[in-house]
Amino acid sequence: MFEVLFIGLSLTSVLLLIALGLSITYGAMGVINMAHGELVMIGAYTAVLAGIHLGFNIFLSLPLAFVVAALVGLLIERVVIRRLYGRIIDTLLATWGVAIILQQLIRLEFGLTFFGISIEGLGPGLQNMRVPTFMMEPFDLMGLSIQPYRTFILCVTILLTALTWYLVYRTAIGVQVRAIMRNPQMAAACGIDVRRVSALTFAYGSGLAGVAGVLLAGFRTVMPDMGATVVVDGFLVVVVGGVGSLLGTILSSALLGQINGIVSVFSNDIIARAVVFGVVIAIILWRPRGLFSFKSR
Amino acid sequence: MSNNRRNFLKQTAAYGATAALGPGLWASAARAESEIDVGVLFSLTGGLSIVEQSLADATLMAIDEINAAGGVMGKKLNPIVEDGASDARTFNERASKLVLRDRVPTVFGCYTSASRKAVLPIFERRNNMLFYPTYYEGFECSKNVVYTGAVPNQQLSNYIPWIINTLGKKKFFIVGSNYIYPREMAKVSKILIEQNGGEWVADEYLELGHSEWGAMVSRIKSSGCDVVLSNVVGDSVIAFYREFRNQGLTHDQLPICATVTSEIEIAAMGAEVAAGSFTSFPYFQAIDTTANNDFVERYRRFVDDSSAVTQHALECSYFQVYLWKQAVEKAGEVTPDAIREGIKGQTFDAPNGKVTVDGENLHTFLTPRIAQWGGDGQGEIIDEYPEPIKPLPYVAYGETDGDLFCSAAGLDSSRL
Repeated sequence: MFEVLFIGLSLTSVLLLIALGLSITYGAMGVINMAHGELVMIGAYTAVLAGIHLGFNIFLSLPLAFVVAALVGLLIERVVIRRLYGRIIDTLLATWGVAIILQQLIRLEFGLTFFGISIEGLGPGLQNMRVPTFMMEPFDLMGLSIQPYRTFILCVTILLTALTWYLVYRTAIGVQVRAIMRNPQMAAACGIDVRRVSALTFAYGSGLAGVAGVLLAGFRTVMPDMGATVVVDGFLVVVVGGVGSLLGTILSSALLGQINGIVSVFSNDIIARAVVFGVVIAIILWRPRGLFSFKSR
Repeated sequence: MSNNRRNFLKQTAAYGATAALGPGLWASAARAESEIDVGVLFSLTGGLSIVEQSLADATLMAIDEINAAGGVMGKKLNPIVEDGASDARTFNERASKLVLRDRVPTVFGCYTSASRKAVLPIFERRNNMLFYPTYYEGFECSKNVVYTGAVPNQQLSNYIPWIINTLGKKKFFIVGSNYIYPREMAKVSKILIEQNGGEWVADEYLELGHSEWGAMVSRIKSSGCDVVLSNVVGDSVIAFYREFRNQGLTHDQLPICATVTSEIEIAAMGAEVAAGSFTSFPYFQAIDTTANNDFVERYRRFVDDSSAVTQHALECSYFQVYLWKQAVEKAGEVTPDAIREGIKGQTFDAPNGKVTVDGENLHTFLTPRIAQWGGDGQGEIIDEYPEPIKPLPYVAYGETDGDLFCSAAGLDSSRL
C-alpha cells in the first residue's frame, strides 16, 4: 500500500511542480501561458547543457535553470505578454506561438544548424541528464523501499511550495501580487506598479517551470516537444484547484495525482488517465470556478 | 524564361504521350539521358526525423558509392529527396509526387508502419516499387514492396528460446507501446513462449510517448515475472529504462529483453542505465567484421560526425540500394515490373553478412543476433544464428517455412 501511495505522491509532486508556476502566472496575471511547458523544457535543456559543457550536477543545475527560465520568462513578458494584458484569449494564441518558436529554437540549435555548427545536447534528438548514482539506488527504511530520486523531487516540491506561500502571503511584494489578482485597476490606484510586479511575478512563475524541467529531466526523456504534454497536466490542476488559489493547486494536484497513481497500479495507465479526465470534468461541472476560488478580475 | 517554357512544353508533351501510351509508359519514358531518377522519402523534419534523417543519409551514401563506382548500367543515379515530415498524410502526398510527377521507378523510404500503410495504395495502384528498410510487424504481402528489415520471426524465433534455455528465465512480462507493431510482436512471442515451455504473466501496453512509468514498473515488480520482454518504442524507452533502475530493479536479476531498443535509444538514455539488458536485431554497430567496421567508418565520414551511431534500419537502408542495383542489372531495364522480377533471389554481402531477397514474399533473409548492452553504449553480440533465416511475415497466424501464406501468387487470405 505504501508503494501505491508513494507513486501517487510522486505523481502529485510532479503535477504540483508544474502547476505551481502556472497557477501564479494564470492566477495572478490572467495569462493563459501555453509556453509554460516550453519553459519546463528550457529548464531541462539547461540541465543537459550545463551537465555536458560545464560539468554541473543536478544540484548546481537547479538554481541555474531557475535563473535561465526566469530570464526567458521575463523576455516573453516584456516582448509579448505586456501588450496583451486583459485579452485572455489573445494571450493563449500568442504564447502558443511563443511555444512553437522556443521548440524550434532548440530543434534548430538557435539557427546554428544552418551554418553547419552543432552543439552537443541540442537539436531534434533525445537527450538525458545524468543523475548521480546514489540517487538511483533505492534503500530500505523500516522495511519500506525508498526511491531517492522521487523523494528528492518531493522534497524540492515541498520547499518550493513553502517558498511560494511565504512570498505570496508574508512579504510586501506578495501583498501587491494578491492585490493585483483581485483588482488590478484598484491596485494601480493605490500606487502599486502593476507592470513591474506583473513582470516579476511572471519571471518567478517561469523560474519555477525551469526547476520543474530539471527534475523531470532526471527520469523522463528530454526532447524539444516534451513541454506539450506537461502543459496540459498543469492546466488540469490549475482549473480544478481554482484560479489563483495556492491551496487549491496543492489539493487538486494531490487529488489528481493519487487518483492517477491508485488507478494505474490496480488497473493500467490508460484507464487511469481516463478516470482523471472524468474526475476533472465532473469537478468543473460541479464547481465551474474550481475547488477554491474567489472573485477575481 | 523561354527556356522554362520550352521545358514546360516538353513536359506537357511527355505527359500527353504517357497518357496515350498507358502501360507501355516505362519503356518509352525511360530517359535516354545518362541518369536514373530514384525517390528517397523519409521524415527530414518533425519528431521522427532524428531516426529517419539517418536512414536518408545511409540511402544517399549508398547512391553516392554506386555513382562513384560507375553507376547502374553506365547511368548515374539521381536521388530525388522528399520530406515526409513525420506525418502519414504528407508521406502520401510526397509519394504521389514521386510516382506521378517525377515518375521514378522506385522509392526508397518510410520508417514507421503508419507511413508505409499511407503510401502503399499509391504503389499498388500505380504499380510502382517501394523499398522499405525497417523491421516491422509482418502481416503484409504486397507485390509492390521489397521489405529489407526484419519481420517478427527474425527477431523472436531465436530470442525467446534463448531467453528460456540460456538465460533460464521462464516467466515473461510483456510490455509495449500501444500500436500494431508491439501487439503483433506480443502475439508471436506468446506462441514461442508456450512452445518452449515458458509462460507469460502479463501483456501490457502504454500509449506512444508515455513518460510516466512509475505504476507500470511497480506492477512489473509485483508480478512475479523473471524477465521483461519490451516492445516499447521511441522516447518512452528512455523513461522506461530509467524508472526501472530508479525502482531498484537490475538487469542481472530481472533483465529487460527488448526488440526495439537500438544504439540510438541507448545513447539517449545514458549507457549505464541499460548496461546488462538485451536486444535482438539482425544488425548491431558492434558486429566486429572488416565489412562492418568499414561501413561504420564510411558512414561517419559521409555524415561528418565521428560519433554517429549505426543501427538495424540504417544498415538496411544502405544495403537495399545495392540489392536494387543488382536487380536492375539482372533485369536489364529500369521498370517496376523488371525490378520486381530482378530482385527475387538477389544476394548481397551487407555489413551484417549475407542477405537474400526471398523470391516468394519479397522479404529478406537475415541473420538473427542477440546483443547484451555494455557500459559504453555498444552491444556485445552473445548469440547469433549460423546463417540467415527465412522471413515469415505471417508467422503469428501459423505460417511456417514449408507452408507460406504470402507467395509470388499473392496472399492466401483463406488461411488467416
